[in-house]
Amino acid sequence: MMERPLLDVSDVTLQYKTRDHLVTATYRVGFQVFAAERYVVLGPSGCGKSTLLKAVGGYMAPTEGEIRLKGEVIRQPGPDRMMVFQEFDQLLPWKTVRENVMFPMRVNGGIPAAEAAERARTYIDKVNLTRCADQYPHTLSGGMKQRVAIARAMAMEPDILLMDEPFAALDALTRRKMQDELLELWDEIGFTMIFVTHSIAEAIKVGSRILLLSSHPGQVKAELNSVPRSGASPDEARVLEERIHEMLFAEPVEAIVARA
Amino acid sequence: MRAPERPATLADRPERLAATVDASDFAIATKPLSTWETVANNTVLRKVAILVVLALIWEIYARHLNNQLLVPTFSATVQAFVTAVISGELLPKVWVSVKVLLVGYASGIAIAAALTTFATTTRIGSDLLETLTAMFIPLPAIALLPLALIWFGLTPLSLSFVLIHSVLWPVALNTHSGFVSVSLTLRMVGKNYGLRGLRYVAQILIPAAFPSILTGLKIGWAFAWRTLIAAELIFGAQSGSGGLGWFIVNNKNILDIPNVFAGLLTVIIIGLLVENVIFRSIETRTIRRWGMATS
Repeated sequence: MMERPLLDVSDVTLQYKTRDHLVTATYRVGFQVFAAERYVVLGPSGCGKSTLLKAVGGYMAPTEGEIRLKGEVIRQPGPDRMMVFQEFDQLLPWKTVRENVMFPMRVNGGIPAAEAAERARTYIDKVNLTRCADQYPHTLSGGMKQRVAIARAMAMEPDILLMDEPFAALDALTRRKMQDELLELWDEIGFTMIFVTHSIAEAIKVGSRILLLSSHPGQVKAELNSVPRSGASPDEARVLEERIHEMLFAEPVEAIVARA
Repeated sequence: MRAPERPATLADRPERLAATVDASDFAIATKPLSTWETVANNTVLRKVAILVVLALIWEIYARHLNNQLLVPTFSATVQAFVTAVISGELLPKVWVSVKVLLVGYASGIAIAAALTTFATTTRIGSDLLETLTAMFIPLPAIALLPLALIWFGLTPLSLSFVLIHSVLWPVALNTHSGFVSVSLTLRMVGKNYGLRGLRYVAQILIPAAFPSILTGLKIGWAFAWRTLIAAELIFGAQSGSGGLGWFIVNNKNILDIPNVFAGLLTVIIIGLLVENVIFRSIETRTIRRWGMATS
């Protein structure tokens, strides 16, 4: 008997308008996220995975289907679903690292100043930025900015953390380090997150469960379990990586030609 | 295309491992710059030097010309300035001008704020703002003074009217374009925090657009100051009283040219003070510290 899912996305179709087109980003996508899962949404560029995450964030309403968090339909953005974006400019440049982390707690979390300060200290420490707590964002490197964004989101202790390719703009070495740190944080805190990425290797490393979306418009292709983090042989990850690769790019050539 | 042949000399280069020097062992950690370098790096000193050179050129030219009615010397101008300040003639006039200016400037900004809020929240408001600014920015405020004199007569209201016109449009235009160019990510962050309406404007849009807003305020200030002096030249001549513009026009009428220059000097000094002291200190405390300054 399974517990109730934390997040329930049921048959969601998302459409948005560009200047002269109505684009269907995802078509009847459904999935469930349970507490403490590291749920990865994986797909090629333009499969609507970021749009899907924005819908969970409450930035756009589905044209079909609905999204429920703890049984409540999501209608607008809110601090119970903190987002971490890919862009480095997601920090408020007029606030120091500490102020950036404290701001959402103070502005709408209804958390008293003393507790907000204490939490900010804890989470800034967890992402190893205590030395930079009083610096302004423009003095930080890209990786440090992303760490602040993660600390800021986690300090709110949201129901679910929404990460939109947070490491995609980082260099390969920093990206690997950040993935390790994120997993360490998960071991420590056990938060729930949806992590959007287009890198198969990143999905396998970061995720506990992986949702595969087909290319435009995004539809569910499969929902797989990732390899266990410890005790798995390197081969297991490689086999899974190849399997996913095949599933994502298995489309026969004729079909691609016919669509173009 | 064929891959270029690998030269035999590159065949097998050995690997290379080296030890690095510890940072604490370096000879030069930090070394203070020389006195001359420090002086040359000081913006204020460099600018003061320019002013001194300009004053010198003025003095030399005026002495060479030797005609107090056309160009009094720098020293005569300074002397006239000091006398006018000590005699208590100049400062009250400056105060009259500054008071009118502050009232006009503040009302202009307030109206600009209201208009921009309307423009940010609705699409029709944004169209309205864009149309109005396109219409009125090219219209010199001073050209409205005759009309203002008919509408409001010889009252400070006439001056306020042209001042508001000169401040409103540049401030509104810059603020609006600043708001429009706030990045989508920051907007989403603000929404994510659950900020809506005026709190969203105050806590996200205004600080994020502050570089543009500050530019608008600076341009608005410069336009207002110019307009005021020009308006006082006309207005003062008609009402027979007034501020700095009247001081200039009145001294011209009695052919006290050093005093005319002293009046112009005052206009320049106040302009420089506001730009270099007030706006600069706002800038260092905000957008420079936040790394948002464009220059």
